[in-house]
Amino acid sequence: MPDRTAKASTAGNRAALTLGPLLFNWPVEKWKDFYARVADEAPVDVVCLGEVVCSKRLAFYVDVIYEAAERLRAAGKTVVLSTLALITLPRERKECAELVRSAEFDIELNDLTALSYLEKTRPFRVGPFVNVYNEGTLQFLARRGAVSVCFPPELSLGAVEALSRAAASMGIEAEVWSFGRIPLAIAGRCYHARVEGLTKDSCQFVCARDSDGLDVKTLDGNPFLAINGVQTLSHTYCNLAADLDRLREAGVASFRLSPHSGDMAAVAQAFRDRLDGRIAKDEAWAKISGASGATAFSNGFLFGKSGVEMVR
Amino acid sequence: MALLIARTCGMEQFLEVPVLPGWARLGAGLLPASLLESVVARIAKSTLRRHPGLLDRLDSYAATTVLIDPTDLPFGFYLTPSCDVPVTVLRRPLCRDHAASIAGPFAALVAMLHGRLDGDALFFSRDIAIEGDTSAILALRNALDDAEIDLAREFAALFGPMSAFAEIPIRAVVPLVERFTGAVLSRREI
Amino acid sequence: MSNHPRLELVCPAGTPAGLRAAIDAGADAVYCGFRDETNARNFPGLNFSRAELEECVAYAHARETKVLVAINTFPHAGNAGPWHRAVDDSASLGADAVILADIGLLSYTAERHPRLRRHLSVQAAAANADAIGFYVREFDVRRVVLPRVLSVQEIAAINAEVECETEAFVFGGLCVMAEGRCSLSSYVTGKSPNLNGVCSPPSHVVYRKEGDELLSLLGDFTIHRLGAGVAEPYPTVCKGCFDAGDFHGHVFESPASLDASALIPQLAAAGVAALKVEGRQRSRAYVSSAVRSLRCAIDNYAAGLPIAARALSRLSEGQASTQGAYRKTWR
Repeated sequence: MPDRTAKASTAGNRAALTLGPLLFNWPVEKWKDFYARVADEAPVDVVCLGEVVCSKRLAFYVDVIYEAAERLRAAGKTVVLSTLALITLPRERKECAELVRSAEFDIELNDLTALSYLEKTRPFRVGPFVNVYNEGTLQFLARRGAVSVCFPPELSLGAVEALSRAAASMGIEAEVWSFGRIPLAIAGRCYHARVEGLTKDSCQFVCARDSDGLDVKTLDGNPFLAINGVQTLSHTYCNLAADLDRLREAGVASFRLSPHSGDMAAVAQAFRDRLDGRIAKDEAWAKISGASGATAFSNGFLFGKSGVEMVR
Repeated sequence: MALLIARTCGMEQFLEVPVLPGWARLGAGLLPASLLESVVARIAKSTLRRHPGLLDRLDSYAATTVLIDPTDLPFGFYLTPSCDVPVTVLRRPLCRDHAASIAGPFAALVAMLHGRLDGDALFFSRDIAIEGDTSAILALRNALDDAEIDLAREFAALFGPMSAFAEIPIRAVVPLVERFTGAVLSRREI
Repeated sequence: MSNHPRLELVCPAGTPAGLRAAIDAGADAVYCGFRDETNARNFPGLNFSRAELEECVAYAHARETKVLVAINTFPHAGNAGPWHRAVDDSASLGADAVILADIGLLSYTAERHPRLRRHLSVQAAAANADAIGFYVREFDVRRVVLPRVLSVQEIAAINAEVECETEAFVFGGLCVMAEGRCSLSSYVTGKSPNLNGVCSPPSHVVYRKEGDELLSLLGDFTIHRLGAGVAEPYPTVCKGCFDAGDFHGHVFESPASLDASALIPQLAAAGVAALKVEGRQRSRAYVSSAVRSLRCAIDNYAAGLPIAARALSRLSEGQASTQGAYRKTWR
């Protein structure tokens, strides 16, 4: 059995905040500034770093990741390195193997491929791109050494509750996607390149133009989705700030905030204050609305409805 | 050297969408709706009895009314499988009292019923159009497809114990009508 | 005669009649599912009861055809019962294999029914040799259905490394996204491929005429707006017509079906063991035509003859076909 003493810094009754990996392609300077500010100002407990969407982007900031990781660690954050979500190329396999074998930081798997490289004794985290829908899967991952699991964003509250209880009994921390555009699909094809008349192999990194993804609208002008290279996200930002009480009751231990170009430190602060009971739902909501720059929020998945809906 | 010729792996057996000739439409137009209804409802009722799997597959959709709208005929057929009289026939203009409709040339609809044309392909090519409760249409299509309906046989079955005898003249006439109308009126698996 | 490897033709069966049509048209194996959320084609009027499956297994085995049961959705939290029963019943009814995606269910099956052959569903999106190796090692998976994100060259590289058979899609509907990783449908309708076995469920689809245009709506969103005479696709989000920046059109994929029949020699050379036809939701007319055509193509290839496949475009979504990711430029 893997050594569970290496578990996260978030144990105990206090709910944790996790800053998920940045999903978008930001210029390296902006990237560095963002994580510097997170280290200094954002009240998050865990910070995930690494390229989840497109392996071609990694080259731009691979040299600064460890620097940022050290700075975040010095600021008291638990640093986690996240793997790519869809691994196909030999280069991607090699990079993933190297990543999970570097013992310095916690590892978050976003594709089961990574389990092939992971020593049987090494604890690991599971990201929202791995399909964890039921207790059987949770059990398998627990036996293999999982210490935390971020559930797929489409799970309903009932499922979150059943899984969080099961997770707790297996020594796994349950995490829920709580803020940010929802990752809905990943593909072999790059849509950013496609809409620019390019292909993935000759993409000219056009995805870097859109720091929160490129809006996709229906033909009647209705905002619908956002494309981010090979990834498709929701247009709405998931926002569970008003649902934190019931999620805590359901046994959720950690809440994931996904980075956007808005003021993430302020978003994180509003979540922290709400979790600690310092501010009311409405105030948290207003702060997040103002800081995030998002025009529409959603929480429908949690209520078993379409994900786009906002249930109040 | 032996001359090897590859079999052409094509779709010869796949019919073009047939169109009813003008005289057939005119002829059908002369039929009184009440007579048509009494015959069609009887066939439908007997078919449902002979293929219990149909209602089973339709499940709750058996109570849904679907308008079968052969666009080249002056009639519309309102099908509610769980009803005592499962089909009502109306002359155009048709009323909108149904949950879903499937519209297309008569010959396309019966070819689909007989498993000769694929419903999705007819939909892609826009030979048929559907409106309303799409689930009800799908349930009906899937249930009928599984039942392997043969209208000629179902018609013969109306003659009860005499159906085997009735089928002989029907089988003789059907190919003639098929040839002249282009419509597939019986099941022949390809 | 040539020494070309014999490819297994795996065909869809949405109903018992469809299953018989596939077998009569020359399928080597058919795949089907139970009438509930345990399979990824959970559409009204489709699929098999236990009694139907039993009869169909007898029909298939009498004709030396295998029956594979797809249990390829993800068991619900707190309610894995239907999925476990589907596996148990497949074993007791004599299925030749089950097609699974969830690691919890794979684990259950490997423990409870070690002799029941396990195939990995495309819904598991195992897209490289290490991921496949994981499933083979942990659950003794004997065949992997390859995700439709791979090129022929990548498939060849995978086959050189893995210790199980691979199955590749040759014809039918084309998912653009990595399967099993897509919640576009549930974002719009609340019904998900992974949990409910439906993508763009008919209950949330509305077709509406507006002037000369035909609109298809999924939930609250307009997916297509088509002028008269334009081929109609399924109302799935990934085949929809949208605006993105200055781009106007099919942002994700044009409505077209996969037709890789011309690539049969390349797929065989890449070491693929089986070719799969998509379309359990289609009629027996589709199954007959597609299977007959591919049977002929595969037999021609095995006999060293030209394939001479004709496009099955009439059967195809948007009346058009593509070779998808098998050609690298697709990306």
